[in-house]
Amino acid sequence: MFSLEGFVDLPLVWYGLIATAIFLYVLLDGFDLGVGILFPFAPSDSCRNRMMNSIAPFWDGNETWLVLGGGGMFAAFPLAYAILMPALYMPIILMLIGLIFRGVAFEFRFKATGRSRRLWDYSFHFGSLGATFMQGMVLGAFVQGIKIQGRSFAGGAFDWLNAYSVMVGMALVFGYALLGATWLVMKTDGITQDWARKCAGYVLGYVGIFLGLVSISMPMMNTDVKTLWFSLPNFFYLLPIPLSALVMLVMIWRGLHKGKEHLPFFMSIGVFLTGYLGLGISLWPWLVPFNVSFRQAAAVPESQSLLLVGTIVMLPLILGYVGYCYYLFRGKSSDETLY
Amino acid sequence: MIINLDPVFLARIQFAFTISFHIIFPAFTIGLASWLAVLEWRWLKTGNTVYEEVYRMWVKIFAVTFGMGVVSGVVMSFQFGTNWSVFSDRAGNVLGPLLGYEVLTAFFLEASFLGVMLFGWNRVSPKMHFAATVIVAVGTLISAFWILSANSWMQTPQGYQVGADGLLYPTDWIKIIFNPSFPYRFLHMVTASYLTTAFVVGGIGAHYLWRNRHVKHARVMLGMAMIMAIFVAPIQAVMGDFHGLNTLQHQPAKVAAMEGIWETEQGAPLRLFGWPDQEDEKTKYAIEIPKLSSLILTHDLNGEVKGLKEWPKDERPPVALVFWSFRIMVGIGVLMIFTGITAAILFLRKQLFTKRWFHLWCMAMTPAGFVTVLAGWFVTEIGRQPYIVYGVIRTAKTISPVMGSQVALSLLAFIFSYVFIFGAGSYYILRLIGKGPGIPENAYGTHGVKEPPLFTDLTSESGGKHV
Repeated sequence: MFSLEGFVDLPLVWYGLIATAIFLYVLLDGFDLGVGILFPFAPSDSCRNRMMNSIAPFWDGNETWLVLGGGGMFAAFPLAYAILMPALYMPIILMLIGLIFRGVAFEFRFKATGRSRRLWDYSFHFGSLGATFMQGMVLGAFVQGIKIQGRSFAGGAFDWLNAYSVMVGMALVFGYALLGATWLVMKTDGITQDWARKCAGYVLGYVGIFLGLVSISMPMMNTDVKTLWFSLPNFFYLLPIPLSALVMLVMIWRGLHKGKEHLPFFMSIGVFLTGYLGLGISLWPWLVPFNVSFRQAAAVPESQSLLLVGTIVMLPLILGYVGYCYYLFRGKSSDETLY
Repeated sequence: MIINLDPVFLARIQFAFTISFHIIFPAFTIGLASWLAVLEWRWLKTGNTVYEEVYRMWVKIFAVTFGMGVVSGVVMSFQFGTNWSVFSDRAGNVLGPLLGYEVLTAFFLEASFLGVMLFGWNRVSPKMHFAATVIVAVGTLISAFWILSANSWMQTPQGYQVGADGLLYPTDWIKIIFNPSFPYRFLHMVTASYLTTAFVVGGIGAHYLWRNRHVKHARVMLGMAMIMAIFVAPIQAVMGDFHGLNTLQHQPAKVAAMEGIWETEQGAPLRLFGWPDQEDEKTKYAIEIPKLSSLILTHDLNGEVKGLKEWPKDERPPVALVFWSFRIMVGIGVLMIFTGITAAILFLRKQLFTKRWFHLWCMAMTPAGFVTVLAGWFVTEIGRQPYIVYGVIRTAKTISPVMGSQVALSLLAFIFSYVFIFGAGSYYILRLIGKGPGIPENAYGTHGVKEPPLFTDLTSESGGKHV
């Protein structure tokens, strides 16, 4: 049967693709979840309308990257999917429920009147906050390692819940809030923008602190990670990653103060990229830390090949029309109902 | 007490609940997207603003429904892993790529162009807007293609082999994608979606006619809906019959349950009603039409139909549920056909838009499609039990290593959230229906004019203004 096994390193390509899909999800849904996190703190209802309108055409597409990450993992690495989902059962269910409440708020909010509108404002906020926090908890539990036996998860129902995962959960809340705030700086003007700029400055400090905490704690928890980062000459090769994160944090700070509109958002993306790279390098080559590597979890070459063909054809197309949509809805958002 | 709950049972309930809730929305939006495309095409072609106003009313309902479909669909993509991880592991090599293709070819398309469809009025040309509607409609069909292919493969698996490790390995993708029950299931489901939408739209149109509101718009809604009822409902019956014959060939135990047949019979009667008793292994109190079952299933009065006793007890589906769901599906299907025939007669006598009893009837038929779709899925999904991959993997053996209490809690959380969301969604849809089509006079007609904010709009109009 048809297989690309002889031509490309399929598991490696798929590892890269899934990692990219998840990263795109983090960035794209990250900024709209961030807008939800900041939502109730906005100075007025008109600001909130603007905030909502700035993400309304995109949120659905952004969330699709999560489905691609999940579906793609099921397709390319079914073993990892089958171990991770039960291991992270509760935070994933809670994340899904958060996403439900925030997702419907987009539609319901504009159809609600009076006090029921408040209900959907809070549904949007707490849904976004909860989903983000749970994603962070998932990450926190993930980096601490998953217990397995044979081909199954073998840990307890609450393995994912500890101080460390709570800390990572909070870190992600501030991280997404930074993406959301800098997005709003870019997509709004007037008092909404002024307020978003202040928010961005405020959460930026926390992002820096949490980024430092996670960077220090990872090597402390795991000796392999420690040797990876702190042995010579690795240390010098890897040094640019934390350094560039630091530089970009400073650039966001200066950009905000100089009234730059686009730079803070794109630099925030850069900060996320360095964090993601750092995590990826620390966890290489594990897909279920620290038990199942991406090679062990890979689906058979025939399955990975079939989907790869589709991905090669479809992904550029998808990126093309997603880009078209962002271009179409460029510029500052208004506070009017759009349709 | 909560610790001893059976995770398999609870996970079954959870899957049944989340998938039943989810399928309501696609069943409606697949049909609605296509209909909206037709409406916009008519509007661009004729310049008749009635089509535009009907479009603009239903696109809002589409958005609310689609939103609920998206969020409940995201849940489904994780459910395989959270509750049925052993299934994900064993069948992942085969099913994974199909679901992956669904995301790549359909989900992004729908999500991106829905944004253009809803928010792009002032930013794209009318032609581009129409294109966006068509793309969303095509996206819903592509999505149905892949997910029904995956489901059908689980019903009639082929093109795979079982490895020594118990995992399933693909051997022929064409055989997997185009498995024996797929073409039938795909056509049957897409048609069911079109009919579901038609009866909702027709019911709302009839409601306006009954109340003597928005008459011009209501005629478009009821008229177009009845075209579907007249021509498509009978076709659906024929397709259902073909689908049934296909099931008889590949899943005879399911058909035996649908018919409530326990003993293998020649010239089997059709049991119209009855009470299939799993313990006693017979269908009690049956009202029978002699030989009809054999005639339908084998196209021969004395053809042989296998009874459930051909299979050991632990290979039989829960018969009563399948038996009754099947009757509900067929019963409502027959009512749909009769509605179509009546509509045709009334139309020829030029009374379709004036006969009030018929409007009342159409209003009563509004939810018919949803009930039928759910009943049909109950037949096919419960009827293939105890297997998750028919004849290959048993459902009970694929549960995740999770505790019953976890599944119970998440089930409760889903029930609470869905009831709340569904209640709110239905309320807003009913309000949109109450408001009806038509937009303030100064905003009529062109793509370029902005609508005022919805909520002031709602309070300023008390109905009946645009008749």
